[in-house]
Amino acid sequence: MSAGVLEVKDLRVYYHTSHGTVKAVDGVSFSLAQNERLGLVGESGSGKSTTGLAILRLIKPPGKIEQGEVRLDGIDVLGLSEAEMRRIRLGALALVAQGAMNSLNPVMRVGDQITDALVDHGVRASAREYADRIGQLFERVGLRREIANRFPHELSGGMKQRVCIALAISLRPKVIVADEPTSALDVVVQRQVMDTLADVQTDLGAAVILIGHDMGLMAQFVDRLGVMYAGELVEVSPMEDVYAEPLHPYTRLLIACLPSLEQKGVFTGIPGLPPSLMSPPPGCPFHPRCPHVMERCRIERPVLRQVQSDRWVACHLFGGEAGAE
Amino acid sequence: MPIGYVLRRVGVFLLVIWAAASINFAIPRLSPVDPVRESLLKVTSLGASQGEMDVLTQTFSARFGLDQPVWKQYLTYLSDLAQANLGYSISFYPARVADLIVVALPWTIVLVGLATLLSFVIGTVIGAFMAWSVVPRTIKVIGPPLLTLSAIPYYLLGLILIYLFAFLTKVFPLGGGYSVGMAPEMTPEFLGDALRHAILPALSIVLADMGGWALGMRGMMLTVQGEDFMTLAEAKGLNPGRIFLRYGVRNAILPQFTSLALSMGRVVSGAILVEIVFAYPGVGNLLYQAIRSFDYFVIYGVAFMLIVAIGLATLILDLMLPVLDPRIAY
Amino acid sequence: MTASLWLGRLLAYRQLTVGLVVIAALVLLGLVGPLFVDVSGAKVGSAIPDLTPSREHPLGTDTVGRDLLSVIIVGTPLTLTIGLIAGVIGLGIGSVFGFIGGYYGGVADNVLHGAADVFLTVPGLLILVVIASATKGAVNVQTEALVVSALAWMWPTRTIRSQVLTMRERGYIQVARFSGTSGARIIVEEMMPNLLPYLAASFVGAVATAILASIGLEALGLGPQNQPTLGMTIYWGLYYTTVMRGLVWWWLPPILIIVLIFVGLFSISAGLDRIMNPRLRSTA
Repeated sequence: MSAGVLEVKDLRVYYHTSHGTVKAVDGVSFSLAQNERLGLVGESGSGKSTTGLAILRLIKPPGKIEQGEVRLDGIDVLGLSEAEMRRIRLGALALVAQGAMNSLNPVMRVGDQITDALVDHGVRASAREYADRIGQLFERVGLRREIANRFPHELSGGMKQRVCIALAISLRPKVIVADEPTSALDVVVQRQVMDTLADVQTDLGAAVILIGHDMGLMAQFVDRLGVMYAGELVEVSPMEDVYAEPLHPYTRLLIACLPSLEQKGVFTGIPGLPPSLMSPPPGCPFHPRCPHVMERCRIERPVLRQVQSDRWVACHLFGGEAGAE
Repeated sequence: MPIGYVLRRVGVFLLVIWAAASINFAIPRLSPVDPVRESLLKVTSLGASQGEMDVLTQTFSARFGLDQPVWKQYLTYLSDLAQANLGYSISFYPARVADLIVVALPWTIVLVGLATLLSFVIGTVIGAFMAWSVVPRTIKVIGPPLLTLSAIPYYLLGLILIYLFAFLTKVFPLGGGYSVGMAPEMTPEFLGDALRHAILPALSIVLADMGGWALGMRGMMLTVQGEDFMTLAEAKGLNPGRIFLRYGVRNAILPQFTSLALSMGRVVSGAILVEIVFAYPGVGNLLYQAIRSFDYFVIYGVAFMLIVAIGLATLILDLMLPVLDPRIAY
Repeated sequence: MTASLWLGRLLAYRQLTVGLVVIAALVLLGLVGPLFVDVSGAKVGSAIPDLTPSREHPLGTDTVGRDLLSVIIVGTPLTLTIGLIAGVIGLGIGSVFGFIGGYYGGVADNVLHGAADVFLTVPGLLILVVIASATKGAVNVQTEALVVSALAWMWPTRTIRSQVLTMRERGYIQVARFSGTSGARIIVEEMMPNLLPYLAASFVGAVATAILASIGLEALGLGPQNQPTLGMTIYWGLYYTTVMRGLVWWWLPPILIIVLIFVGLFSISAGLDRIMNPRLRSTA
């Protein structure tokens, strides 16, 4: 992969608790090109949200970024000072939080919550200029200007989510990390919000990392999909390819789970439970649930490697030193 | 703020007053003690004949309206109360209870009001800083000693302070509101003297109360720091100072205010004892003297007045809350 | 790294242990003390009055001839008993009110909850003074405990009620309701076991409130005249102006014991708090 606007190499985030060390993210690497939409999908506990937070250096104790490299346009993000990092946050690297939940300060008007970010990022303007700018941002995401004077509890889930989007684009960032932006919304509003997000993203020319667990949503939005399991990336491929021909057994099972509008069938799930992140099984973390498990899988952990042009898989089914196929 | 909300709060206030007044009326009458007879027994210690005692009792009962049917007494009582007529003091007859209270009240209000305000503000500030990781260890180390101090009832701390600063070392006066021989008037000398006398009592309250506020604020700050909006605040790249104040403290302080409103009763209880220990001329001391001399009307008068005062303070704080927290529905 | 983790965990329980140890030591003082010290010395007139501390009377004697060390040894359990009785009553009433009000809601809840709030706002000492001066004299430790328990039920009611309100909407309670379990059974079998830490914390709070109130009441002279509880000893100390006379050995020991009692109770309460709310544990 050539250098993109965001490069993540071997990122590891561990939580050191009194019960042991939880390896939430265990060696994640990927690259994000400009204007690209990358999806990070996985079940709860797969490490996708943690990865997003780690990129923004928002991991709190007892969690720690053990090792790894995050480069934004060549800048070593993990090596920046706190002050420099604060400038990068929102300025270059923006988070779209779950607005429908508790992400907005309950005692401040929503417009002010964008203004204070602008102020702290050095934007000098008069009060009226600020109001104007906020007003434009709101209109951009489909909200009426007057909403800026409301408090969060006066807004619906969808409106709050749009405020979070408006906030994220306010300083024209290069990369937007959207962490489950629509999980708490109903399907109709979900569609509207995702359309808004797609719209502003194309406008800005920003890259997006969309984190979620809804495969259907991913299919409609992202260019490339990264599948995470037990803190690792097990597959990274263009979205159509993932759908047409999923490679990793886990991805295959995920696709198979989706009900089809064409055929009638029986719901399938993935048998078994996700592994403990404190004491993961040896070898491949998916092997206890994998229908194609081999002896090698129990011993040796597979590495994410390129098997076709722009298709990466971490699975022993797809070659390696000892293997055929 | 809609008028309906204000009216409702005022209504609750009046209800509390009425309930307190009624309880105040009922309890002494349910007891086997006859206040008039008791006082008379005390006053006529030189011995009077049984006949003379009975006549005196009757006269006084009539004077105090105690020979009327109960419901009539109740109505008289309520109407008296509404006119701020709290009756006559038995010990200091013909002094009126209301007059005695009016003289003592300013002392108490100044002492308790200032001390509570100081301890709330200082305690909350310390508590907020104790929860902020940027703050140096020195502030956090204050925690445990503050906690120990808060375990001491105010007036006991007062005794210790008297011993240390007024007995062993003569830094502050032993007690009283002002030095013997001075007349209460609005001169700088008097005010200065009164201030000197107020420092130790106030300190007892402040030192003993601070710990509670600090701990409460620290707990609330820690809870708030775990909220989602704090994560987004950081993700926005805001200055840490702004996050601490506008996002952290601003949210954590709301329950503190509620606690303040609820703590009034406790603080006044403690302040009464502080006044006694320091012989401070406030209503607490008035109450104490009344208890010692079985001056029942003063006891009930002071009790009622304090309830009114606290109810009023709570009402004011209640009306302030919606201004602070936009989520509170009218 | 792991060392500080263990310390953090220990810290959470350390407060609890410290508190329990302190209270246990005070209880022990009352139980074991009489074995070493002749506690008949706590009776009025058993020794020469107004003695300064000596080997025979390590804390001196008071103005009516009581040996002050014996007084402390006898008085500590008395004060603790008041706290215990009032605490139990307070918790009992508070639980009943809290569960009924929180679970059944409606008029009952409005009345109980409103009463608790009103009683909380009113200065407790005043209520006690009014009650105590109406009963006058003939107060002993048990009756004082009863009077003081009038103040000990409000916080437990509030705490338990708010917990019950939260729990009532939880899935497993809904299931129990829909399957026809009676309210009483739900309260006892489903809710109470989950509320044990809160019940314990409420109990400790009630005991602390009770002891604080009893000391205040006694300082005004409204306590048992013939039993040397800690508060009464301080009262007599004030009565005989011992602070101004510098008789430290009289008024200081009861204060120290009282401070220890509260430090112990608060530590237990803070320890329980930390267990219930892990976020309060010290961060790394």
